[in-house]
Amino acid sequence: MALPTSPAEGSGAGRLLSWWRNPQMRGVFFQLLTLVIVVWVGWAVADNTIQNLNRLNITSGYGFLEDTAGFSINFSLVDYSEESSYARALLVGFLNTVLCALLGIAIATILGFVIGIARLSNNWIIARLATVYIEIVRNIPLLLQIFFWYIGVLRALPNPRQSFEPLPNIFLNSRGLIVPTPVLQPGIGFVFAAFVLACAGSFFLWRWARFRQQQTGQQFPVFWSSVGMIVLLPLLAFFLSGSPISLVLPELTGFNFATGSTLVPELVALVLALSIYTASFIAEIVRSGIQAVSWGQTEAASSLGLHRGQTLRLVIIPQAMRVIIPPLTNQYLNLTKNSSLAAAIAYPELVSVFAGIVLNQTGQAVEVLSIVIAIYLSLSVVTSIFMNWYNARFALVER
Amino acid sequence: MDTQSQQTWQPIPEKPPPSLSIGPVGWARKNLFSSPLDVVLTLLGLYMTYVVATAILDWAVFGAVWTGTADDCREGSQACWPFIQAKWGQLIYGRYPLEERWRVDATMIIGVLAMIPMLIPAVPFKKWNAIFLFVIYPVLAFFLLLGGSFALPLVETPLWGGLLVTLVTSIVGIVGSLPLGILLALGRRSNMPVVRMLSIGFIEFWRGVPLITVLFMASVMLPLFLPEGVTLDKLLRCLIGIALFSAAYLAEVVRGGLQAIPRGQYEAANALGLGYWRTMGLIILPQALRLVIPGIVNSFIALLKDTTLVLIVGLFDLLGIIQLSFTDPNWSTPNTANTGYFTAAVMFWCLCFSISRYSQFMERRLQTGHKR
Repeated sequence: MALPTSPAEGSGAGRLLSWWRNPQMRGVFFQLLTLVIVVWVGWAVADNTIQNLNRLNITSGYGFLEDTAGFSINFSLVDYSEESSYARALLVGFLNTVLCALLGIAIATILGFVIGIARLSNNWIIARLATVYIEIVRNIPLLLQIFFWYIGVLRALPNPRQSFEPLPNIFLNSRGLIVPTPVLQPGIGFVFAAFVLACAGSFFLWRWARFRQQQTGQQFPVFWSSVGMIVLLPLLAFFLSGSPISLVLPELTGFNFATGSTLVPELVALVLALSIYTASFIAEIVRSGIQAVSWGQTEAASSLGLHRGQTLRLVIIPQAMRVIIPPLTNQYLNLTKNSSLAAAIAYPELVSVFAGIVLNQTGQAVEVLSIVIAIYLSLSVVTSIFMNWYNARFALVER
Repeated sequence: MDTQSQQTWQPIPEKPPPSLSIGPVGWARKNLFSSPLDVVLTLLGLYMTYVVATAILDWAVFGAVWTGTADDCREGSQACWPFIQAKWGQLIYGRYPLEERWRVDATMIIGVLAMIPMLIPAVPFKKWNAIFLFVIYPVLAFFLLLGGSFALPLVETPLWGGLLVTLVTSIVGIVGSLPLGILLALGRRSNMPVVRMLSIGFIEFWRGVPLITVLFMASVMLPLFLPEGVTLDKLLRCLIGIALFSAAYLAEVVRGGLQAIPRGQYEAANALGLGYWRTMGLIILPQALRLVIPGIVNSFIALLKDTTLVLIVGLFDLLGIIQLSFTDPNWSTPNTANTGYFTAAVMFWCLCFSISRYSQFMERRLQTGHKR
């Protein structure tokens, strides 16, 4: 705001400085200044890096990905040997990250929802136990919990010859969790086909039931008939095609199990710690989501004559999910990022394979870390795209 | 109506409620045994509590080895407290020289003494207290802990460890990242597209990567970024990484506070003729920062837990020292590991839980101020 009594008014200095009084010009100036500083810092960093790399005789570029890795990985979902390339090792690490993230997410979601609902229970003891669980677990560092499960619990398990057998043919010992290996026989295609058919059938049933309800007001038990279809049809196909899945049972030969699939103790410890830790956060999210639906909604539903199950299914859960889903997605992302703590117990996931072993072997810190960072960033970009889509789709439309 | 014939209406005295619906019995019927399912759940809960509590108490207290040497811990599977007694000094100070440990004590005691009046809302002179705590104290702590001047011998940071490193990394991380976090939050809400884009890019970059990669970057990539001849201490490098990482999270917390300030405040400041920085500094930020104190405290708790990750890049914080002490051949008993983890868990839990309780107290206090 130019005051008319300003002494500089009309003088040469005033005209020279007048652009300074213009907010738009000033904005452009500050943005240019910021840009110049950022570019300058970036240039200085790049310049230093190139000089340092030359001085230390470190090659640069991503050519090393084709080279032979030369180290072994004790747990991999795809074929991998010491002769494989670094790119292959990257794939192994990435898949292991995905595996433990998916397992962790599945267990954490179930546990978190159960505990979150338990915390709202009318039963005093159940609610208290849930609170105690949440307050203990989320105030202890995750890394400590991983160490506890890995070194404190799993290392202390007996050797394979004295394994625990919590369920028939599932063994738990210091080498990990040994489960039967499912082997698919030729007839399995029928079972899959039956499953797909049942899913499609349920979808059309749901469409038809909704249409009929809109036309006539009559309801149809869609949920139970869909469940029945999806469970029974594949089961029927399974037995008709002559049980096309055979299990290779774990068998103890000598000092270790020769057959069956082994989940290495690192994976077991990591999944346990990640899911127990994240479940405490998910439980709080679920609790606040349910509490966010006001009591009036329940009362309104009752006054419309909905019974308790319908109230939950049609009124409470859809509204609570709107509050729950965004922070829940965030927790899933956190869990995925936290799976990188596996580096501390040498479970071969992305960070411990790549930022650990490969970085040490090649010494190409910039390239190796940039790959790792790029993978994590793309995961979080995908998540935030999903969140934006979800928010746009399900956001509360207010007047 | 004349007063003599007036008959006062006497209600029949209330009957007491049924004895089963009042008192402890009524409470138990309502909260523990209201339905058959409830009875099952209650019994199950009681049984679980009993099993877990007796197991922990037996392991940690009644069956535990309290005095003796490593040999006493080799039998059985109970807590081995002599191990913690022997390693206690390391848990707190790391390898800080014995004769210099009073400096760590002094730093911690001064810090706690300065914190207490800051945390109690009723104590006056908050401004001077804050100036001491955030300006004078860090300088004092720096010279006390590192030494090398004022007749104090230099103690290199590789010798630091234990609780000292945990507290230093988390406190320096949060205090160091607050100014940057505020600037980033302001940048993200700025009208200037370049500034806004840069802030968003910075925040989303650091929020998208796990802390462990940040620490790897700090320990292997950062030295490459610096001009030749400039070397930074490993602790300092990790501190820089942690501060940048937590600045991104704090920026989002502060942004939440900025969004909660009604537009009328900005308009009123504009009407008074205040420029951008004075609007922010005098009107918006004092209100916004008050609102986000609980959020900042929560970030601090998260950071305190996350600082355990520095052990992966070779610094010895509380957990790192515990891990290190397992390698001591004198104490290689089957019970050392769990005793160590239990101790670390209890220490972290006490710190985090008390801070989070304080944050909840502050939250309630701040909320009452905003109720109308």
